[in-house]
Amino acid sequence: MLAFTSMPDPGQTETPVTLAQLDRQLILLTQDGLPLVPRPFDALATTLGVSADEVKARFERMLANGCIRRIGAAPNHYRLGYRANAMTVWDVDDARVMELGERIGALPYVSHCYLRPRIPSQWPYNLFAMIHGKNRADLDGYLTEMTALLGNARRASDLLLSTRILKKTGMRFSGGQ
Amino acid sequence: MSALTSPTSTHTPSTNTIELSGLEKAILSDYQKGFPLTPRPFYTLASQLGCTEAEVLACLQRLQQLGVITRIGPVFNHRRAGASTLAALRAPVGQLQDIAELINAYDEVNHNYLREHDLNLWFVVTAPDADHLDAVIRNMETATGLKVRRFPMVRPYHIDLGFRPDFD
Repeated sequence: MLAFTSMPDPGQTETPVTLAQLDRQLILLTQDGLPLVPRPFDALATTLGVSADEVKARFERMLANGCIRRIGAAPNHYRLGYRANAMTVWDVDDARVMELGERIGALPYVSHCYLRPRIPSQWPYNLFAMIHGKNRADLDGYLTEMTALLGNARRASDLLLSTRILKKTGMRFSGGQ
Repeated sequence: MSALTSPTSTHTPSTNTIELSGLEKAILSDYQKGFPLTPRPFYTLASQLGCTEAEVLACLQRLQQLGVITRIGPVFNHRRAGASTLAALRAPVGQLQDIAELINAYDEVNHNYLREHDLNLWFVVTAPDADHLDAVIRNMETATGLKVRRFPMVRPYHIDLGFRPDFD
């Protein structure tokens, strides 16, 4: 199988990469999805005035440098029956958060897991994990499991249930670039 | 306010159960990443899945129409290809609707969730560069009169793996 996925190096920093104008055009053109036609890369190439090989080479390069995380189907959890969705936030010992973040991120019900900065006296949590269940009871079970996994590295945590999606579009680039 | 108290989303209005075919489940489970960069990628998928290219294309169109997938395509890392941050604010309950609409109106906002917390509006802001991102957030603070808290990603864990649906 010809699969291209980005493989982040564990020590990878999130340094912005300078993108060529053509890469930005490609992003703008595909952020709502690839054209569902037999030869999508040819279709994009025609629009951009380059070859299909050039389009594929640019996708491969952006996968390699981490500008593209993956190419594939983006599921809508809610529509798949995952009606209970929450952001869980954890205050995890800095010395252990790298190892534990990877393990939390690998749990099957976690879709996204990020390290983010705390805000002194405002926000004590440094680990964010989005969890998805069919109902609230599922989420409670997951929380118990995550709490056990984090053990004594966890100082505090909170669960922010998603009450309502107010806006959800694909990740967008605003124009002008 | 009633529009904000319903637990369902405007973008996923129906709550009926969707029956998915074996092919649809296979695509959802196996193709959240690794889309083939071949001249006829849907043909490549079809040969891996044991069906025709036309069936794969029809299946993806149906999944999009049903809203089960939002798209098939690249998932960009805006931290790399520009600037982005998770942000949150405390919207007073009486002003929630107005503030949510104000935040949603920015092109730079792509997700906005109401959550059960003191910080009740959570949204993602993306921009071509850090200066633009900063200007947008300052503009939001002026427009709402509220402090916007920023939670930029320091690092992701495992997020390139996609989310595996459980079809039992």
